[in-house]
Parts: sequence; C-alpha cells; structure tokens
Amino acid sequence: MSSRLLVFLIPVIVIAIFWVMAKMERGVAHDPTHKGFFERNGTVLGVTFIVLVAFWTLFLVTLPYLYMVVESFHPKLPPMQRGGPDDVLTLEQYKSFFVTPTDGTWNTNHMSAFVFSLIASVLVTAFNFAFSYPLAYYMAQAGTAQKVRLIMLGLIVPYWVNEILRAFSLRLLLASKGLINQALMGIGITSEPIDFLSIDVGLYVGLSYAYLLVMVFPLYNAIESLDKNQIEAARDLGAPWWKIHRDVVIPYAKPGIASGCTMVFMLAAGSLAAPQFLGGPSTLWFTSIVYDFFFQAFNWPRGAAYAFILLAACIAFVMMMLRLFRVSLGETIK
Amino acid sequence: MSAGVELDHVTVRFGQFTAVDDATLDIKGGEFFSFLGPSGCGKTTILRTVSGFLDPSAGKVRIGGQDMAGIGPNKRPTALIFQNLALFPLMTVSENITYGLRVRGVSRAERMKKAGELLELIALPGQGNKLVSELSGGQKQRVAIARALAVQPKVLLLDEPLSALDLKLRQHMRNELRAIQQQVGITFIYITHDQGEALTMSDRIAVMSDGVIQQVADGKTVYDNPDTPFVASFVGENNPFTGRVVSADATIAVIETAHGPLRGRNPKNLKAGDKAILFVRPESFRLGQGEAQATVAAETLSAAFEGNATHVFLKGSTKKDVTVTVARHGGNRIPAQGERAAIHYDPAMSVILPEGKLARE
Repeated sequence: MSSRLLVFLIPVIVIAIFWVMAKMERGVAHDPTHKGFFERNGTVLGVTFIVLVAFWTLFLVTLPYLYMVVESFHPKLPPMQRGGPDDVLTLEQYKSFFVTPTDGTWNTNHMSAFVFSLIASVLVTAFNFAFSYPLAYYMAQAGTAQKVRLIMLGLIVPYWVNEILRAFSLRLLLASKGLINQALMGIGITSEPIDFLSIDVGLYVGLSYAYLLVMVFPLYNAIESLDKNQIEAARDLGAPWWKIHRDVVIPYAKPGIASGCTMVFMLAAGSLAAPQFLGGPSTLWFTSIVYDFFFQAFNWPRGAAYAFILLAACIAFVMMMLRLFRVSLGETIK
Repeated sequence: MSAGVELDHVTVRFGQFTAVDDATLDIKGGEFFSFLGPSGCGKTTILRTVSGFLDPSAGKVRIGGQDMAGIGPNKRPTALIFQNLALFPLMTVSENITYGLRVRGVSRAERMKKAGELLELIALPGQGNKLVSELSGGQKQRVAIARALAVQPKVLLLDEPLSALDLKLRQHMRNELRAIQQQVGITFIYITHDQGEALTMSDRIAVMSDGVIQQVADGKTVYDNPDTPFVASFVGENNPFTGRVVSADATIAVIETAHGPLRGRNPKNLKAGDKAILFVRPESFRLGQGEAQATVAAETLSAAFEGNATHVFLKGSTKKDVTVTVARHGGNRIPAQGERAAIHYDPAMSVILPEGKLARE
C-alpha cells in the first residue's frame, strides 16, 4: 500500500516548494506597501478560500489522476494481495498494449483500434470543421441579427435532447430500412439498401454532430471580432472570395480554429457512447476497450494504462498540429 | 492613368430611408474632389457606391465612361482607403502593400520591387519587414495609401482617412496627400466632414446635406458664393440674419432683420417680400459705426482671445450670438462685457440667400 500512498505526497511537496520559493522571493524584494493574503481578505475568508481551492484542485482534480497513474504501474491483483509482496511497480500494463500478455504476440487488435480511433477522430474533426466554418462565418459576418439568432436556436435546442435518444434516432435514420435508404431506393438511386452503419457513416455523422457546438462557437467567436473592413479591403484590392478566406479570415481566426479542432479531436477520441451506439459491428473504438477493462474485466491497472496511452497520444498529436500551424497553446484557450 | 467618375441621377435607399437623393455630378480625371458634409449626410454612401460595395437604387455610376452596374468592388478600377485603414494586422508592411498584386498573381520578385518603389514614395524606405502594429499612426496612414496605389487604380477613394490622427499630423498629412496626388496624377475622391481638409486639398468640393448635393464648386467659390444657407453656415463660420427682403435690384438687396434693415449682395435675384437670410462672416465685420444699412449694434456678451485674433460675441436676435473676428492690429479696442457695441461690414462681402435649412451648430 505504501507505494500507492507515497504518490499523494507529490502535491504536498510541490506546494511546499512553492511556499518556500514565495518566502524567499519576499525576502529578496520586500515591498512595504504589499499586504499579505490574510491581511487583505481576513483570516476567516482567507482560510475559506484556501480550503475551497485546495479541495477543488487537490481532492477533485489532482489526486484521482495521480491515483490512476500509480494504478497503471501496478499489476492486477485480487484485493487480498494488494500491498503485499506481489504488489510491485511494473511497466507490464503499458507493455500489454503492444504485446499480448498471454501468448507474447503483437497486440494488433488493440493497436489497430487505437490507430483507427485516432484517424477517425481526425476525420471527424476535419468534417466538423468543413461544416462549421461556413456556418460560423455566416453567423459572424454575413447574416442579419435575426437570422443568426434563429441559427443559434437551431444549434442549441437539439442539445437539450439526451445523447442516447439522439444516437438512436440517427440509427433509425441510417438503418437499412431507415428513412434515408427508403428515400434513396424510392427515387431509384440504389436498388439495395446501403448499410450506412457498418461502413461507419453513422459513427462519423454522430460524432461530428455531437461536437458541432464545440467547433462552431470558438470559430464564431474568432471570426466575429474580425473587422468587416478587413474583408472589404481585401475584396476592394481584387481578391476573390476564396482568397479573402485564405489570406484574411482564416489566418485571423487561426486561434479559434485551433481551439475548436483541438477540443473536437480530444472529445471525439475520448467519446464512448456515440461509437458504441452508432459504430458498425466490427468497429472497435479504443475507449470501449478501456471501458471493458474497467467494468468487464475489472482490470483497473490495465484500463488506466490504456487511458494514459490514449491521453499521451492525443496531447502529442495536438501539440504537433499546433506546432505545424504555428499556434501557441496560450492562443487556443483565449 | 486616371479616369473620371460620373454620377448619373444616383439614388441610394435603405428601406424607407433615402441616403443619397438623385446625385448627379461629373468628376474629371486627375481631379482632387471632396465630398464635404456632416456625418449622416450620405457622403460615405456615395463612396461605397462608387467603390462597388453598394448598388444604387436608381441611376448609374460610370468610371472612365464605362457603366459600373454589375461590376463588383474587386473588378473596379478603384481603390478604397478606409476610415480605420483596415490594414491586415498579420501581414508585414510589404505584404500589406503588395496584397493586391499577390491576388492578381504577380510574381514575388516583382512584388518586392513594387513594394520597394512604393515604400520610397511614402517615405518609409526599408521598413517593409515591420509589422503594421510597429508603425505610428501617420506611418500606417501612408502604408494604407501605398497599399491602395499598388494596384494602380484609376480612382482613389478616401473615406475620412485623417480623422484618427492628431491635429498636427493631420495638417502635415494634408500636404502629403496633395503631393502624392499630384505625383501619381490619378483621381482622388475624398470624403470628409472637416471643411479645412476639403478647402486646402481639393480642386472641387461637393457640399452635401441629408443625401442631397447642395453645391459643387471650388473651395473659394463655396466659401464666398454659397448656393444655399446650408453651405453658407456649414463651410466656415457665418452669422445669419433672417428677415424679409424689402427692396432689391440685380446686385444688392435690403433685408429687414431684428437688427434693422441690412444690405447685402443679391446673387439669387430675390424680390421684395421674399423670406431670406443675410450671411456676414465674422472676419467681414469691423468694429465701429459704418454706413446706415450695414451696421449692427448689440450688447457685448464675451470675448475670446485666440492669439492672432479675438472673437467678440454680441447678443443676437436669436439664440445664436453674432460673432466678430477682430484682427490683431493697433487701434482696435475690444468692447467690454455688457457694453453696447456697433459693428459694420462691407455689403459686397455679404450675401443674401433665400430662406432654407442651416447647418446644425
């Protein structure tokens, strides 16, 4: 048990280091007009602030994750043996992602699900952007106030419908005997129903739709603050519409685009419900595997390790893309 | 290469509101032409109609004799300088200047060469790699001019481009704009509410009010021979005396005002009995008693010393005071507050116009 509890010392040590640094700083540059935190807020209020913030950041955010990190470096053991001699630190769980523990062969099943999930998330992000950008541009620059309000309403109201209902109604729409297939067959485009669900159309549509707002609003925010005169100036200088977007609007909205794309990608890669309800029978989404380790196999260490692999890969990918498009992380969270 | 601009009965309506009402004028190629008027008079609407961002509800815009109907702003031989300049903040100075060439597919080498030339013209040589945000207000101004000139427009449209600058810089930029216009020789159409800008720079001025062009003439004519009471009161300071014409001949009319009968030029051939307004500029007044029908006497309210001259305010018959500019030379005693002072003028330096709307103070 001790090795698991040790990790909880980390935040305490970090806080202690900062406290010492603050003390030293005050010794070096003493500002006589400066009032301490408790002087400014009073003891009762000051203690309340600190307790609330500490509870939030330590107890609700930091500790659960830290615990998961520790868990991922341990073997799966029955409760009796936890903390016993077999409870050692190990990379076994991370290794199991690459090599199947039982027979020592490459774990292609999980790795391909992982790669598929990431690629599909990229596609969802791209599709989402392609749809959201014109919409956000229209709302931010072109539309009249009244129409923009209508569109906003049209975007937001469907989100009141819960996720399961939304996913299954999409299923109904896309099923072999669903509305779309019947319409396609009715007008004679196809004679056989197209199995949209098994070719993952449902998955892409469902995921894109689920995170539409997450893309539209950062884009809308970014484009909305663009001075209309900039667009007119480019037009006056002879630019056709697509060059205006390429040279003026998109560079300006880049932080918003980066922010929207990052969030959609992260959320899509980590989503659980939509892939389960809308994915084809042979589609294996990586988060489903993680879910199964936690709740079917009760293998928390391996589930945690898989989740961290996904997290690390997503962060690495996003950082790489931000780098590629020369956007700083700070800009995306403005 | 310059082209004239013709407005042929141009009317622009926004719903019920008529922003420009039947404007007809002919701006010659190479002319420095200003639209002068208070905000909301329709001058910017005219500019946007010429540049192609607005379509006239009726009438035609012709540039270089060619009808512009259906031709978008990106296809017209005009370039617009925006009131807030609208420089592209993410591009360097050179990229800004050559943007119009870039979208036309001009090669990079040629663009760089052109940028160099234009930076020379606007006296910012070697500053092409700076970001726009690193420039001062006047420099940004000049970059905006260079960016517009880079596409070799036949007509340059300027929408109050100096309004954001401070006074000294504004006066300096007036001369500079005029010099650039003479150097490149293209038509400049300049929008302003500042009569000083319009008078100093323009070959001709169109004075506008409520969407209607009141007068088109050179600066001196607009100042000395205004066509309407609006022009008389908007361009420069003026003292209006309203009344009714009591006698008139071809050159001079006498108008009965609250200050008694007063004489003035009669360019509009007013007849006895017409309602009219006599305008006398503050600098046309002299202190002291003059001839009978060209003297006003009233209580002195205050005096404002302005260095080269003193403005004396006398109690008028309406809410507006009578302003007298007293030049600073020997012998002029500024009347004390409350003192009844007499002032006179030369009727040849005044004008009587038919009654009409005055510019708001």
